[in-house]
Amino acid sequence: MKMLRALVMRLTGMVPGRRRARERELAAEIDGHLQMHIDDNLRAGMTPEAARREALVHLGGVEATKEAYRDRSTIPWLDHLLQDLRFAFRQLRKNPGFTCTAVFVMALGMCASVAIFAFVDTALIKPLPYRDQSRLVVVAETAPDYARAILSYADFEHWKKLNHVFQSIDAYALNGGFTLSTRTGAEPAAGTRVSAGFFRTLGVVPFLGRDFYPGEDSPAASPTVLISYAAWQKRFGGTNEVLGKTVTLNGSPHRIIGVLPRDFHFALYGLAEFWSTLRSSDSCEQSPGCRNLLTVARMRDGVSMKAAAADMQVVARQLQKEYPDLNGELGASVMPLRDAIVGDIRPILLVMFSGACLLLLIAGVNLTTLLFARSDGRHREIAVRSALGASSSRLFHQFATEGLVLAAAAGSLGLAGAEWGMRLLASIVPEDKLEGMPWLRELGLDHRQIAFACGISVVAGAIFAAIPWLRVSLPSLADGLRAGTRGSTGTMWQRVGAKLVTVQVALAVVLMVSSGLLGKSLYLLLHVDTGMRPGHLASAQVDWLPDRYSTDEQTVALERRVLHKIAALPGVRSAAVSLTHPVGSDWGTTGFHIVGRPDQGLHHEVISRQVSPAYFSTLGARLIEGRYFADTEDTSKPPVVIVNRTLAKRYFAGEDPIGKQVCYAWSPQTPREIVGVVDDIKEGSLENPNWPAIYTPFDQNPAGMMTVLVRTSMAEKAVLPEITVAMHQIDRDLSVHDETTMTQRINDSPAAFLHRTSAWVMGSFAGIAFVLGVVGLYGVVAYSVSQRTREIGIRIALGADPRSVYQLILREAVRVVGVGTVLGVAGALAASSLIRGLLFGVRPWDWPTLLTAITALGLAAALASFIPARRAASVDPVEALCAE
Amino acid sequence: MGDKTDVWQGTLALMVLKTIETLGPLHGYGIARRIEQTSGNLLSLNYGTLYPALLKLEQEGAIASEWGVSENNRKAKFYRLTRAGRKQLDKAALDWEQTTAILARFLAPSGGPA
Repeated sequence: MKMLRALVMRLTGMVPGRRRARERELAAEIDGHLQMHIDDNLRAGMTPEAARREALVHLGGVEATKEAYRDRSTIPWLDHLLQDLRFAFRQLRKNPGFTCTAVFVMALGMCASVAIFAFVDTALIKPLPYRDQSRLVVVAETAPDYARAILSYADFEHWKKLNHVFQSIDAYALNGGFTLSTRTGAEPAAGTRVSAGFFRTLGVVPFLGRDFYPGEDSPAASPTVLISYAAWQKRFGGTNEVLGKTVTLNGSPHRIIGVLPRDFHFALYGLAEFWSTLRSSDSCEQSPGCRNLLTVARMRDGVSMKAAAADMQVVARQLQKEYPDLNGELGASVMPLRDAIVGDIRPILLVMFSGACLLLLIAGVNLTTLLFARSDGRHREIAVRSALGASSSRLFHQFATEGLVLAAAAGSLGLAGAEWGMRLLASIVPEDKLEGMPWLRELGLDHRQIAFACGISVVAGAIFAAIPWLRVSLPSLADGLRAGTRGSTGTMWQRVGAKLVTVQVALAVVLMVSSGLLGKSLYLLLHVDTGMRPGHLASAQVDWLPDRYSTDEQTVALERRVLHKIAALPGVRSAAVSLTHPVGSDWGTTGFHIVGRPDQGLHHEVISRQVSPAYFSTLGARLIEGRYFADTEDTSKPPVVIVNRTLAKRYFAGEDPIGKQVCYAWSPQTPREIVGVVDDIKEGSLENPNWPAIYTPFDQNPAGMMTVLVRTSMAEKAVLPEITVAMHQIDRDLSVHDETTMTQRINDSPAAFLHRTSAWVMGSFAGIAFVLGVVGLYGVVAYSVSQRTREIGIRIALGADPRSVYQLILREAVRVVGVGTVLGVAGALAASSLIRGLLFGVRPWDWPTLLTAITALGLAAALASFIPARRAASVDPVEALCAE
Repeated sequence: MGDKTDVWQGTLALMVLKTIETLGPLHGYGIARRIEQTSGNLLSLNYGTLYPALLKLEQEGAIASEWGVSENNRKAKFYRLTRAGRKQLDKAALDWEQTTAILARFLAPSGGPA
């Protein structure tokens, strides 16, 4: 209490008005004190002079008393700090060019690194919304060349029974998607089917209502469904009455039993509004060769990832022995859930983060150069101040304060910029990509980012403070008082400054080459040979109610009506259907074997597509040999297939595949004759190598879903709404979704999106690095010219021609840029082998990219050093010599 | 002056408070003089150190000050004890007595039980 009161009094004592009044009062009090003491001394018989001296001695000095009193009346360190702050602000205001540049450069570096750090943090560090997520794994089947294969229901059941390492293992279907019946007709609704324990395995408890109970995924149980928080809000008004309501999904009524928590997401599937249960009675689940599941499992306590993988290998081998025709080559893999979710973007994020850190480093180096240049100018000021009695610690405090003010300004600006940059980055993520990266919705500044930013600021502040301090304390202070010491300080600055610019140039080369490689990858990716002509091509997925088209005949009839209707649309040149669209996922594979081969019985996993006869001609595919399907080829004709070039090469090397017979794993008794070989069409994702693929006529083997492909003579976008209208004319309950053009599909494909984002981000980093490097070089050369004006004047006066002056100045620039470039190229080669995994179709040592980067930098560097060199060459000797 | 004792840390405040309590409102010079006299001139007191100490006590609220005129007509600042100061004095005096009593027992020539 007492201390607090004293503290408040001391704080208020620092108010300038109080300070003056107190000084006057203290002077009067001490004056009175001395007078009284002198009076007493006189009375004791001293001479006036002795009386005065004795009083002063006994007091201990008037100024010392006042100083001690002052220290007690305020808080000295705070007082000094305020003084330093005032001084720092005054200094920085006096030098707006330096201040703005320093703050801006630092803020830029910080903004980039904090924004990217936020992405890294939300994607890689923040916990997922599942309980004890480190125990969660994804278990997948592996086939040769196929790391994460899709599981059949039968295998899922076997795994559940045979494994010893999982507390629980649950599956979700990849072929989800519901047709929701509403009053106005059917509409597509996102969602999928899961095994009953799915949410318990994840450790997610419904926010309202209950979870599926064990066994609720058996055929006997009545169909139930859990809905997402968003669906609850959007479709059911967010009321509690939703529980017990019935929704019609895919034509059958489902009772709503619960609502999932608001923060729940399951990025592996993506957007889902409805979660119903898997049923062993569903057609795909019934067929042991039909693969549509992926699993999530929770490891038992004490089981390591390695042990889990080993156990699953044993299980897989057991199944291989038991079911050689279905599980022949299949193994099993276990990976952490988080890796499965962010595996694709982790390397890209890390590369971007490294890029941002490099940029930050460049900004730091740039600042260091600036500070060196500035401290040179202040050398004399500091020498004068220390000669006038500023203690060395006091000088240091002043530098530190100035540094901290700069760092704080840059930090807050950088943080604000980061917030903005994050929004910008998040806004370029399209809505459908966001479903695969739901954590991005939580992007924002939080304590970790702020701590990260503060850490950078503190380091920056330390650099700001240390450089002028070192600069001052290294050469003896007294030197600074002598006039004309520019020679020594100048060379020191040139030495250090030139080194720093070399570093900047090197880092800029690294960033430029990396971004160049990423940009080139993006270009190559977008122009990869898809095996078709993507222009004037549109596609849309059509779903129907399964009970309305339950037989093959009904499905075929529907397909024919769909094709007929679409072919009649204006501007449509041809139309076809396929199981799913090209440039899609690696979904839709099947096992097959070749009739009459000794390896019969071994399992080969290939892409399988049911297509209508016009599929290849509509896409503009290239037939290599044989023929396409005929319109008449349906179940009444012998079964036929077309294979792609990769399959022909892999399985029929040196043979003619035409006329050979293959069987699907799910119908081993039906041999199908190969009638054609088509050049590879990019059925799977854009960046992956082409996979072996088998095509069968839709009419011989109708699929449970289809995508319509349309080649148009007019703008393909215009036909999309008409497709929907045409479908609803056939059946009001047909739902059309995922309608887009092929060009758009290629541009928006996940691979292109990731490459584009990283190329853009790295490109802008490289641009900034380039500008900073060139400006840094200009600064060094210009400074050196300004320091050598006198010398150049003398040279010119003695008859040097302008060319030798140019040489004098440019030689330095060439050395700095040359060394920087060599270092940069070495760094770039190292960096690009680190980003090798992100490159598409371009080698890490891509000479054109390297040469382009070096040429661009060289030209800019030539310009940046030519300007000051020209100034040097045009120095007027008389003026230069009189300047001092 | 060589054999005079310096004022111990922390005791100056107590001496100041006691002096003001005994003599009533008093100026800085008077307090300094009185402390010297009371100590039988054994304490060497730099008068200048008194002023920060007075300021500290005033900041803590133990004393208050106002301007007045001294006995021989000099303008001076007079310090008086506040109620909080009186309490502080009583407590400090008690503490000090206890401390010295304990120390005295230790230092007594006959000593305690061995």
